[in-house]
Amino acid sequence: MDGGKPIKESRDVDIPLSAAHFFYYAGWADKLEWAFPNVKPRPIGVAGQVIPWNFPLLMLAWKIAPALAAGNTVVLKPAETTPLSALLFADICMQAELPDGVVNILTGAGKTGSLVVSHPAVRKVAFTGSTEVGKLIQRSLAGTGKRLTLELGGKAANIVFEDAPLDAAVEGIVNGIYFNQGHVCCAGSRLLVQESIFEPLLEKLKIRLGTLRLGDPLDKNTDIGAINSKAQLEKIAGLVESGVEEGAELFQPECKLPERGYWFPPTLFTNVSQSYRIAREEIFGPVLSVLTFRTPDEAVEKANNTPYGLSAGVWTDKGSRILWMAERMRAGVVWANTFNRFDPTSPFGGYKESGYGREGGLHGLLPYLELS
Amino acid sequence: MRGVRSVDQVGAEERAASLAKRSIKKASKLWALDLAIRCMDLTTLEGMDTPGKIAALCAKGIRPKPGDPTIPSVAAICIYPARVADAREHLGSSGVRVASVATAFPSGQSFLSLKIDETQQAVAAGADEVDMVIDRGAFLSGDYQKVYDEIVAIKEACGDAHLKVILETGELGTYDSVRRASILAMAAGADFIKTSTGKVQPAATLPVSLVMMEAIRDFVRETGRPVGFKPAGGIRTSKQAIAYLVVLYETLGPEWMTPERFRLGASSLLNDVLMQIEKERSGAYQSMDYFTID
Repeated sequence: MDGGKPIKESRDVDIPLSAAHFFYYAGWADKLEWAFPNVKPRPIGVAGQVIPWNFPLLMLAWKIAPALAAGNTVVLKPAETTPLSALLFADICMQAELPDGVVNILTGAGKTGSLVVSHPAVRKVAFTGSTEVGKLIQRSLAGTGKRLTLELGGKAANIVFEDAPLDAAVEGIVNGIYFNQGHVCCAGSRLLVQESIFEPLLEKLKIRLGTLRLGDPLDKNTDIGAINSKAQLEKIAGLVESGVEEGAELFQPECKLPERGYWFPPTLFTNVSQSYRIAREEIFGPVLSVLTFRTPDEAVEKANNTPYGLSAGVWTDKGSRILWMAERMRAGVVWANTFNRFDPTSPFGGYKESGYGREGGLHGLLPYLELS
Repeated sequence: MRGVRSVDQVGAEERAASLAKRSIKKASKLWALDLAIRCMDLTTLEGMDTPGKIAALCAKGIRPKPGDPTIPSVAAICIYPARVADAREHLGSSGVRVASVATAFPSGQSFLSLKIDETQQAVAAGADEVDMVIDRGAFLSGDYQKVYDEIVAIKEACGDAHLKVILETGELGTYDSVRRASILAMAAGADFIKTSTGKVQPAATLPVSLVMMEAIRDFVRETGRPVGFKPAGGIRTSKQAIAYLVVLYETLGPEWMTPERFRLGASSLLNDVLMQIEKERSGAYQSMDYFTID
């Protein structure tokens, strides 16, 4: 309601994945001693959690489910633009007769977040959001003995080899960057295409962009919804402008934008160099930068040539090449012939400036447990 | 042929499933249902087909809802070759076309000379369109040349009649094979490629149709020659028919939303479509007794 995302995504992604996450961690709650044998797993106490506005409910699930399963209490601050689903969740907790004080939702802006993070009773901080704020938090926690996990920005490479199933790759590219208006930390915002298939792939991709429906997020047929805020829209527009200025070639399909609200059409840049800002900085919007490569080695080199390392995608018909690539990608998640696919049993997290710590799977319990 | 680009099974099925969730309501639904009738190949392919059965089917095809001229005629009546003359007689100048299956339908396991002869006789008896089956035995044993040559020969035997080539995707096993067979049939001269005979399970499915439409899209891009698409078998409900139209629209675009480039092969779909149209118009479902069974 407050996020701007299409209801189709809430229906098909956010809600089922959130439910799956709670279901999965509920399974661990009474099995911790078997999950971590001989080390007496115990809760750590109060967890302070700060989440972003791109997936308000799903990020809440990623934070609260493992914390509760490990026996902790939580204080969670949703983003100031998207507090509604967290408040509804609090209501569900009350209906479920969760004891008072176990789940606490605190709404507010950055100031509130810093109070949660710096509160002396908090033993563990979990933050998902921008790299900039992540660094601030890390600095402020130095020397306090509090635990910290960070899930920050990304600039993922989606790498398409010449033998890839092209129609599926086009869908994966679209899903990678235009899903949730590109407000995805693991979005495939850099497309690396093998030069030999650049033309047919780009032609298919441009046709496909023309069929994306942008508009009312509450219409079930909408593919691309609204940009979350004015500030975010200005940031996207600024970076797109820089791309044009630096010499990249802009493509936007014919697309009527609604008059009211914050909107940005699906955008694609070709003629992009590794040095352009649009190829280096996280845009967090529906903007794709297309680069080319000649050999697998060059693909790896270009893909890893970023301060981030959250996710990557590899498209090829060759199984051995998938494994070869996965070994070499400096990214927490490598998707093969798919993109933006999540599962609660699979750990998710970053390398380098994309943060540290893992959420999901058995790994996701570790930050919330004392083991001795 | 082995150089044909591969298909990702998971990706194709996921894309088809997401398109099937498109919500088509009210005016768009009525438009789609009207189009579904105009693109329908109303079919009977039974050993028990008689001149009487064909007469009834033709009447239904020309005027699907008696007394309601706003309901269009179907595109064609699809029947066995031996019944073509009967259909020709009943359809007259209605504009509804006669489509005849041929080439030892449904298995295709016969001699080429007989298949050519069967095709020529069907056309001579008045068939406007011929629905042939490919030789799956040859295809699966890797003899693509034989499959190709046979399609070329049948296309020639068709003369002016349109040729639809049935791949029988339920017997091909993989989406990669479906894509290969699609490219092969189009290269050999097919005017339409068609999923199934309706005699083998699975018949038409949404992912198979998506893969075939993507093959058409690539073929048109390479050659500039548009090829039509016909899913057939197992399409019984309006909801299914609309899902096919959605995939068609999103894959091949509005130029394919016409009976010249799209057909739905179906024997029992028509009354469900009529019922849904009536429901959209009146707001209530009618008893099946108000729809004629032919």
